[in-house]
Amino acid sequence: MRSRIHFALFGLVAAVIAVQQVTAYTGSEYYLTQLTMSAYYSLVIVGLCLLMGYAGQISLGHAGFFAIGGYISAFLTTHDLSPLKDGGIVAFLSKAGLLSQRTDLYGGQLLTVQPWAACIIAIFATVVIAYIVGGPVLRLKGHYLAMATLGFGTIIYRIAIGTTALGAADGLSDVPPFRLLPFLEVSGEMSDRVQNYYIAWGLVILAVLFSLNIIHSRIGRALRSIHGAEDAANAMGIDTARYKLNTFVLSAVFASVAGVFLTHYNGGIGPSEASIMKSVRYVAIVAVGGMANLWGALVMGTLLNFLSLRGYLGTYDDAVFGGILIIIMLFVPQGLLHIDVFRGLRGFFLRRPAEKET
Amino acid sequence: MQLLEVKDVGKRFGGLQAVSRVSFSVRKDTIKALIGPNGAGKTTLFNLISGFLTPDSGTILFHDRPVQGLRPFEIAAKGMARTFQHIRLFPEMTSLENVMIGRHIHGKSGFLSAMLDLPRTRREDRGAREKALELMDFLGIAGLAGHEATSLSYGQQRLVELARGLACEPALLLLDEPAAGLNMRETAEMASLISRIRDRGVTILLVEHDMSLVMNISDEIIVLNYGEKIADDVPLTIQKNEDVIRIYLGGDGDA
Repeated sequence: MRSRIHFALFGLVAAVIAVQQVTAYTGSEYYLTQLTMSAYYSLVIVGLCLLMGYAGQISLGHAGFFAIGGYISAFLTTHDLSPLKDGGIVAFLSKAGLLSQRTDLYGGQLLTVQPWAACIIAIFATVVIAYIVGGPVLRLKGHYLAMATLGFGTIIYRIAIGTTALGAADGLSDVPPFRLLPFLEVSGEMSDRVQNYYIAWGLVILAVLFSLNIIHSRIGRALRSIHGAEDAANAMGIDTARYKLNTFVLSAVFASVAGVFLTHYNGGIGPSEASIMKSVRYVAIVAVGGMANLWGALVMGTLLNFLSLRGYLGTYDDAVFGGILIIIMLFVPQGLLHIDVFRGLRGFFLRRPAEKET
Repeated sequence: MQLLEVKDVGKRFGGLQAVSRVSFSVRKDTIKALIGPNGAGKTTLFNLISGFLTPDSGTILFHDRPVQGLRPFEIAAKGMARTFQHIRLFPEMTSLENVMIGRHIHGKSGFLSAMLDLPRTRREDRGAREKALELMDFLGIAGLAGHEATSLSYGQQRLVELARGLACEPALLLLDEPAAGLNMRETAEMASLISRIRDRGVTILLVEHDMSLVMNISDEIIVLNYGEKIADDVPLTIQKNEDVIRIYLGGDGDA
């Protein structure tokens, strides 16, 4: 099993490199921009797949966690602290090297939080919020859990669009690049396009590796057992509530990290990232990929986001994802990359409902 | 030595007193059977002991410590495993993986070490796999390790569930109708397996309708009727108990 994981990951690394090489040789490097953005969305989807497919818990609020990460880091790295320069906290942060001085577009001086510090604060905040929300909400099951997480997503969306400090409907812009290492920077600069492609896919590969390790471990077995028969899992000594909550938090962190990075890459974030349609889109993609199929979710996440970002889905973008969700649930509830697809189709047309195993 | 002591335990569902002031104990290294007509409160009592229900009154001592009101996973971690009347295996997992779930309480690796696939995690995983296979071998189902558990025959599924319970290495194993749905030959095999499990040092409390199995292997039998205990003795005495005979022969004939 372990060697199979490594083999598949090696394939992913090879594919990532191959795509970049092809774009370099064919002079179509402009594709890398959308591929980079798709990678970050795929990061959300990998985490959501862990939660939905393996632990069996739905979340219609993951765009909310993405937005929490994105907005916190955007706010902290753009909010000017100079007026408070002599205040105790700001002076302390400055001494600790957590602040940076830079010049904005109009030549004004800005004193803001360092991207690294902002990133860590954003992730920490996500963990805290995910625990607070997940604790009570994950006691619910099925439709009720879906509705409660939808409620959470709606709150985050309304906060994003209604708060002046967060730019209201315009969102936040002028977010500075995120220097990960002296030679590695998350930014939207043309010249950094290739390295950003690799940063984004490097993160995805890490996330896939971590997730696969979890799936094939004691933890993963416990999650799958919760999905299959929760009370039996409980009788085997598995603290089902704790495992569900931890998976929820982990997947929220994946979404939040994606939000932080994509915000630095795009140089800003707007309220549409927090919208319910985004959450629905993530859920639809996990479903298309086959729920408990990390590779399916990754392939579909990259493909569909890429098509959407390139504008191939036109103005019906959101409608396409809604339609996908309906079609998948009707014909292939096990996902598009499942071998039984054709049996499912045949079954449907022979007027027998397709087997629902999820 | 008493491994489990149930004292004055009661449970009411609305207007129905499902279990009323039942007391009994299970000695270490014995097989105790719980019998009674349908609706006598046997499964309710099981659920009370294993933490799926909380008693309205009374105490339950396991290893001399109160466990009533604890949640099922906490009780399981203290060394009490159970099977279900309606087999509850984990679908979309192999029988080996199902049995390995039983090793859960003996593992330590958490999210972080699993995520990073640390050497400790791998060692632990190998240990769990070996132990699970050893138990499946003991129950004669090692050959089914790679099969999806829910695709197996009913009798095989019972054995996988039993292996999963044993994988917890429990001090006390609760078996809820282990012979339900089994044919005569399978029932006889199950009886001999249960005796052998007891010989491995696992104390057993079981609910069962099959009288041949109960009378053959039990060290002690407790009889429930309408939520009340009416007898608690060795099989030979139970067989002569007039109340028990009346319930079983004059009642619903459910034995």
